[in-house]
Amino acid sequence: MVNILIISHSLKIAEGTKELADEMKQADIKIEIIGGTNEGKMGTDADQIENKLKNLECQDGIVVLADLGSAVMSFNMVKECLPETRQNKIKLANAPLVEGAVLGAVEASLGKSLEEVLAGIEKKSIINKNNL
Amino acid sequence: MSKKTKELFLKTADVIIENKEYLTELDAAIGDGDHGINMARGFKKLKEKLKNDDFENRSELIKVTAMTLISNVGGASGPLYGTAFLNISKVISDNKLNLDDIIEIVEEAIAGIQKRGKAEAGEKTMLDTLLPVAESLKESKSKEKDLKTALKNSLGAAEKGMKNTIDMQATKGRASYLGERSIGHQDPGATSTYLIIKTFVKAFINKSEV
Repeated sequence: MVNILIISHSLKIAEGTKELADEMKQADIKIEIIGGTNEGKMGTDADQIENKLKNLECQDGIVVLADLGSAVMSFNMVKECLPETRQNKIKLANAPLVEGAVLGAVEASLGKSLEEVLAGIEKKSIINKNNL
Repeated sequence: MSKKTKELFLKTADVIIENKEYLTELDAAIGDGDHGINMARGFKKLKEKLKNDDFENRSELIKVTAMTLISNVGGASGPLYGTAFLNISKVISDNKLNLDDIIEIVEEAIAGIQKRGKAEAGEKTMLDTLLPVAESLKESKSKEKDLKTALKNSLGAAEKGMKNTIDMQATKGRASYLGERSIGHQDPGATSTYLIIKTFVKAFINKSEV
């Protein structure tokens, strides 16, 4: 199964997003979170990202959902330092955080491949909210 | 050789820490108001590291600088300055720097920041300080200016570049969410870049070797 990693500037956002995504899981996949700095402030903790990217189970891949600037930048930076085989299995979804995480939880827990999960997220996560 | 480099980076850390409030104030106007706090946190850690450790050469010292900023800044300036210094650590030697070396260093820093932040000139970022520095240094080279003059001119270009960010509309980073309302404020990232360059240039000029 593809696993999911949520990276937010805020621990509360990360926790809340995971809670929402967990509700939609159809099977047991891992949804891991990183939120805030190492001092509990708004921002990004690159060491924690490194720790997760190195250690989170990655056999079928990891889809990452990140919120603003430094979350994306820190993720990219850490990822580039990983072995290439692992780099290829970790993908940042081009999607808004909450919608992306919920969709990812569904797609991944249905046993889809990394590419399918990503495509699903990116296709469906931009929602016309005035015309639901 | 790395002793002088260490002194320079310690001095740079002090300058950033001294300007914590100023940088935070600038960021409060158009960003999330933490640039000074974040930079000071990163550079405070760097001071501890530099004081406690010895380094074989410049490259190692600058690599440690990069990693410390990446791990401790907490905002986008961490990966941005981190990548810049990481790039510099890959090209720098322990020899006395000449104008070509300095141009290479600045271009590596620019390449690192562009790779990480995907910004270009005129987007109200640290690059708006750094790109004019590279241009000025290259112009000095083509006009066969001496190193001291080249450095002085490049500092002038950095200051002008920084001040030019006041009239720019941000299209990258948190300030871009403000759209037109970002106009009229000096960019905090461009300002911290200027402070770093100023510290470096002054050290180069005063000691005439680094």
